[in-house]
Amino acid sequence: MDDGRPIFLQVGEHLESSILDGSLPAGAQVPSINEIAAFHRINPATALKGVSRLVDAGVLYKRRGIGMFVADGARERLLHERRLAFRDEFVRPLLAEAARLELSADDVSDMIRKDASS
Amino acid sequence: MTAVIEATGLTKRYRSTTAFVDVSFATTENTICGLLGRNGAGKSTLMSLLTGQEFVTSGTVRVLGADPLENAAVLEQLCFVKESQRYPDDMTAQQVLSSALHFFPRWDEAYAAELVDEFRLPLSRAVKKLSRGQRSSIGVIIGLAARAPITIFDEPYLGLDAVSRQAFYDRLLADYAETPRTIVMSTHLIDEVADLLEYAIVIDDGRIIMNDDVDALRAGTASITGLADLVEPFARTRTVVHRQSLGSTLAVTLADVTDADRVAARAAGLDLSPVSLQQLVIHHSRPGASLEEASR
Repeated sequence: MDDGRPIFLQVGEHLESSILDGSLPAGAQVPSINEIAAFHRINPATALKGVSRLVDAGVLYKRRGIGMFVADGARERLLHERRLAFRDEFVRPLLAEAARLELSADDVSDMIRKDASS
Repeated sequence: MTAVIEATGLTKRYRSTTAFVDVSFATTENTICGLLGRNGAGKSTLMSLLTGQEFVTSGTVRVLGADPLENAAVLEQLCFVKESQRYPDDMTAQQVLSSALHFFPRWDEAYAAELVDEFRLPLSRAVKKLSRGQRSSIGVIIGLAARAPITIFDEPYLGLDAVSRQAFYDRLLADYAETPRTIVMSTHLIDEVADLLEYAIVIDDGRIIMNDDVDALRAGTASITGLADLVEPFARTRTVVHRQSLGSTLAVTLADVTDADRVAARAAGLDLSPVSLQQLVIHHSRPGASLEEASR
């Protein structure tokens, strides 16, 4: 895994994606730190950092001695966050490239509508 | 967190050469730390000093709070796997592994046997008849099965093929997760181990040029490429590690990129690309290269 950002962020996002696509529903147990580290072939401390971020954000919760679980409402919260980030991460770069190609925002939105309906 | 290995103002001179001058660092307990740098940078010498195998010229080394030199209490907590380890010629691989039992109080015989299978080490063969890779796998097996609280690997993989190296990294990670301990590993194969490391110490020409949390290094480093006019503002306010231009296109590698920079660069349509730890080390230790401080 490598897209240039800290690996612990990518580990967190990997779990988030599993929550978003429903493969880790609310109440489900998430893999242990050591399992995550072995799967991604990363330092366990890095895996812990990634998971702790989700615990701090209330997406996961710990049950002492048992493991970590997906919190109620985690999916909705992630959807909300990802939608907020969508503009910075996708829309703005899209418009920047469109401007380079001399496409107006209307041209782009026409394209999107056409693609969405096909 | 406790410093397990602590070097302060460490200097090592030989008759005509100076290995390093005034090197200071500390490693945290139960972390995996990479010691990176070019050939001749001083990595092996540093490891010899940390393990009490050579005398320091000046400065101090503290391992578990004490001087490691001829200190049995410290040395039995230590396992040093040397790249150039020599074994008595007539000894078989089995005899080498059996003798390890006497040096390492936490030696795990069953685990060692498992590793022998995995690395396909021919136990009955004399060490002098083993290939370079097989000799390296002896070192790797000892380093892992010794379960020493401080394990130091000096380029442990020489002659090991890609499959065996991956097996070593996977085993190291799994065993470290189960039995946390302090691991220091020197290596050239930075890309292969980058994700295993929590800390990286980079030495070049006898000096420490980087010593940081690997995640922090990655978070702060990025390469930005695009029209020079758009890239230049980023270069002006940040530390430029590397700069390359092609016509009106400029690519800069920056050492202290913030999240806001990333968002701004992307919004400006610039390309952001990751810089691997290996690239970062290369940029920092190029001959004659120095950090180009931004003109503010």
